[in-house]
Amino acid sequence: MISALLVMAGIAIVLGAVLGYAAIKFRVEGNPLVDKIDAVLPQTQCGQCGFPGCKPYATAIAAEEADINCCPPGGEEGIRKLAELLNKEFKPFGDNAKPKPKSVAYIDENTCIGCTLCIQACPVDAIVGAAKQMHTIIAADCTGCELCLAPCPVDCIAMNPIEETLSVWKWKYPVYALSPTP
Amino acid sequence: MFYSPFIRKPISVSQIMLRVMLALIPAIGAYLYYFGPIILVSLTLASITAVATEAAMLKLRKRPVAPFLQDNSALLTAWLIALSIPALAPWWLVVVGTVFAIVIAKQLYGGLGNNPFNPAMIAYAVLIISFPTHMTHWLTPAMLVHADLGFAGQLAYMFGDVLPQNMTLDAVTMATPLDTLKTQLHLGTAISSIFGQPIFGALAGHGSEMVAVGFLVGGVYLWATSIISWHLPVAYLGTLFMIASIFNAIDPAHYAPPLFHLFSGAAMMGAFFILTDPVTSPTTHKGKLIFAAGAAFLTYVIRVFGGFPDGMAFATLLMNICVPLIDLYTQPKVFGKKEQAR
Amino acid sequence: MTQLYHFHGGVHPPTHKNQSTRSPIATPPLPSKLVIPFHQHVGSMAKPLVQAGDYVFKGQLIGMPEDGLSSAIHASTSGTITEIGMQVVAHASGLPDLCATLIPDGNEAWIERERHNPITLPIDEIRHILRLAGIVGLGGAVFPSDAKLRGGKHHVRTIVLNGAECEPYITCDDMLMRQRARDIVRGGDIIRRVLGADEVLIGIEDNKPQAIAMMQEACVDRSSMRVIAVPTLYPGGGAKQLIRVLTGIEVAAGVRSTDKGVQCFNVATAYSIYRAVAFSEPLLSRIVTVTGNVQKPQNFEVLIGTPVDELVAWAGGKPDTTHHIMGGPMMGVALPNDQVSVVKACNCIIAASDALFPPAPPAMPCIRCTRCAEVCPQELQPQDLYWFAKSKNFGKAQEFHLFDCIECGACSYVCPSHIPLVQYYRFAKSEIWARDNDKKAADQARERHEFREYRIEREKQEKADKLAAKEKAALAAKQAAPVSDDAQQKIQAAMALAKQQAITPKNVSDLTPQQQAEIADIEARRANSQARAQSDAGT
Repeated sequence: MISALLVMAGIAIVLGAVLGYAAIKFRVEGNPLVDKIDAVLPQTQCGQCGFPGCKPYATAIAAEEADINCCPPGGEEGIRKLAELLNKEFKPFGDNAKPKPKSVAYIDENTCIGCTLCIQACPVDAIVGAAKQMHTIIAADCTGCELCLAPCPVDCIAMNPIEETLSVWKWKYPVYALSPTP
Repeated sequence: MFYSPFIRKPISVSQIMLRVMLALIPAIGAYLYYFGPIILVSLTLASITAVATEAAMLKLRKRPVAPFLQDNSALLTAWLIALSIPALAPWWLVVVGTVFAIVIAKQLYGGLGNNPFNPAMIAYAVLIISFPTHMTHWLTPAMLVHADLGFAGQLAYMFGDVLPQNMTLDAVTMATPLDTLKTQLHLGTAISSIFGQPIFGALAGHGSEMVAVGFLVGGVYLWATSIISWHLPVAYLGTLFMIASIFNAIDPAHYAPPLFHLFSGAAMMGAFFILTDPVTSPTTHKGKLIFAAGAAFLTYVIRVFGGFPDGMAFATLLMNICVPLIDLYTQPKVFGKKEQAR
Repeated sequence: MTQLYHFHGGVHPPTHKNQSTRSPIATPPLPSKLVIPFHQHVGSMAKPLVQAGDYVFKGQLIGMPEDGLSSAIHASTSGTITEIGMQVVAHASGLPDLCATLIPDGNEAWIERERHNPITLPIDEIRHILRLAGIVGLGGAVFPSDAKLRGGKHHVRTIVLNGAECEPYITCDDMLMRQRARDIVRGGDIIRRVLGADEVLIGIEDNKPQAIAMMQEACVDRSSMRVIAVPTLYPGGGAKQLIRVLTGIEVAAGVRSTDKGVQCFNVATAYSIYRAVAFSEPLLSRIVTVTGNVQKPQNFEVLIGTPVDELVAWAGGKPDTTHHIMGGPMMGVALPNDQVSVVKACNCIIAASDALFPPAPPAMPCIRCTRCAEVCPQELQPQDLYWFAKSKNFGKAQEFHLFDCIECGACSYVCPSHIPLVQYYRFAKSEIWARDNDKKAADQARERHEFREYRIEREKQEKADKLAAKEKAALAAKQAAPVSDDAQQKIQAAMALAKQQAITPKNVSDLTPQQQAEIADIEARRANSQARAQSDAGT
């Protein structure tokens, strides 16, 4: 009886020591889950989820304070990826959050008054310009977040959906009928 | 829109299935010669059941019926079931087996191409577990028959469950050679004296050995027309031969010679027609060898040490489970990446 | 006798080559117009150098190669550029791309050309000439040849000239080798010289005995060049497969063949290289096989930009043609319409009809019969790739070497279930590429966002620091003894100067009257639009 207790206690001590050592030795800096969620998010920094950027949303998801279906730019596939990562059920978008076609902002240069308000709003510094100078969008860096639309006093910014060109064209999923006539 | 390639080899699934059925003809011929025409009745019965069940299931699953019926896969399954269970069996035995194979083993898994287990073997396994007595009454070869039931009598038994008054089922049927061997060995009889009994022929069971030869002939035809690759049958028969040889060499009085194992039971049919079902066998060459060798090993173990007279069906089903694993671990090296791995 | 190696799998589709080799290469009349895309090669699009209305000479550079991987575009004949704009091009997508429309004047007035001696010309010069001549791989890959002629860190021992032409129907290389073997061989000499290779192996499938004979005769006096007949087996003309057959070397996906000491060129490319180097002839035309549902299948020397309908009309297109295929029946693309023009990649135009190419029967489920794996020249497991691509499990597809697939179509060709396998692989590949791009864009956006946050934080900090410093200075000034008049004056002068400088930004001083007028114009426009915006807001 005593020996059994001693053996069990001994095993507990050894395993505890191993676990404790492993926790120190293989310590992971930061919250890996937040980074993993952040890696899935599309980084548009648009705030459509109700959080001021992708990282805060990721933090909220990790803390179970936010749902996984709040990111329209990520699309349904984004939700699927999050569901898989977090081992949750897939959840479709609500009525107020529907994905739109991917777009980039475009400034009508004739109308722009150079107020710099959009520059301050852009989360990824994709607008170039200075006070009283015309502004323009660096299309390659624009995430299509639409955050510049609201502050513009003269409504000179429009969202242009990205058109399919030869350079971004994709082969489609093969669709074929199992029988020629339905 | 059209996409390349724009040309195709004139070959289709239904043609492949037809060729396999064609390859079954020699075995069916031998069956017919040695055991009488009743096999044609069970073949027809199984075929009708299979096609009707398949059509009903496709309708229920809201799949197009015509193209899937035309692929002939249900027919082939039906033929294999009819050939693997006793020909002189009540009609419902064939029907239950076939329906189970088509509904549970095939369609519920998603139909053609999606079933993990060989449907014919599932049917056999289900029948031998559920109706063991019916499954052991095999027809006696025509030349050994003492009391001839006649074709009409066979039909009457099959569909009406009636036998002539002066006859019993045991008089017109017999246990299979494998079954006999097992029982006799259990009683302490030596192999040499067991093989002296009239039901044993030159290699294995009288008559049934010729059916096995028929399967062999059909299998060689399938290999020659590259419907099947040599890997599965060669690995299966080779392994079975080797294991049987080893045991036979150690103790010839208690372990049957290797050729007996090859030509009795479902070994020959399994090697060429069951294991080679592409849907339920591995895709890689190495995987095929492992799969067939494993099936042969299990067949021998079940036959010699297990509770059932033949182990082909269970061996196949057990190996079917392993197929995804075998495929995963036998992935061949691709073009240009062989040296790096070395 | 050379030892030949073999590659795994392969198929033997009916070749249909004899019908288009009965007559020699023909030169068709000038087409009514030429539509020349600016992007006909691998790499970036050429930069247009001409405008609508410009007169161009035959061979004039109209598209300048961009830096990096790119190639040049030329006017295929003399005439007037009528339009630079987006037009549907010969591509599976059916999408438009930037093209120049050239109306020929019929004079074929050449731009000035000079002759070079390819044996003495400096090697760098040769590469430069090829780049500006727009020479790209004519086997269908259209990879800029000058880039292929830039040897890597490894010594290229063997040059493979690809005359295998394994695709059914296509005979353009066959006819070129029969009729212009000498120039091909001279092109081979240039390639060998530039890369410093030891030997040139010319691989030709053994179903082209005449081409083999002509090529053998042409290189009989060259000890380093050998013509080797290779077995007819599709896709034996794939670069990887031909290199394997001739040298035994396997070039894996993602590996440069030069790293293995081999480089492969199409025979037509070798021919164009010679013409470009020796005669300053840019790539203005190529041999195109016109076959299929036409009255007189044959090969033409076609100007780049020729509309496909005019080309097919010269071969006598039949009325029941449903569409046209560019390339062979195994790897070609169905053209979006027959007004698109012949591009550098176009080796063959097949007029297709339902009789010649019956539509594929409905696809059945995969039964894992592995006929596809038996014929795959890349030794892949197509049935597994299909499974993963179909279920959009792209990670697994990549694990099973999706990107080693050369899209030869052998698997689809033999599939008894008639599954469009290659189509699934193309879909999976382009999805993976798109995802990679999205990922890169997201990473970049994240980086930029994080930097912005850091910058805002830094600015806040700097502002706070400045404020603190100012307060401190003011405090210190108050406490310090009053400074002398002299120092006071100096401070004031400095402050005044600073004020002045602050008021006049440097970029608006010293303006020309023209610039001032422009500014005034912009200001006026701005005021105007502001007024309009206000009035809009008012209504």
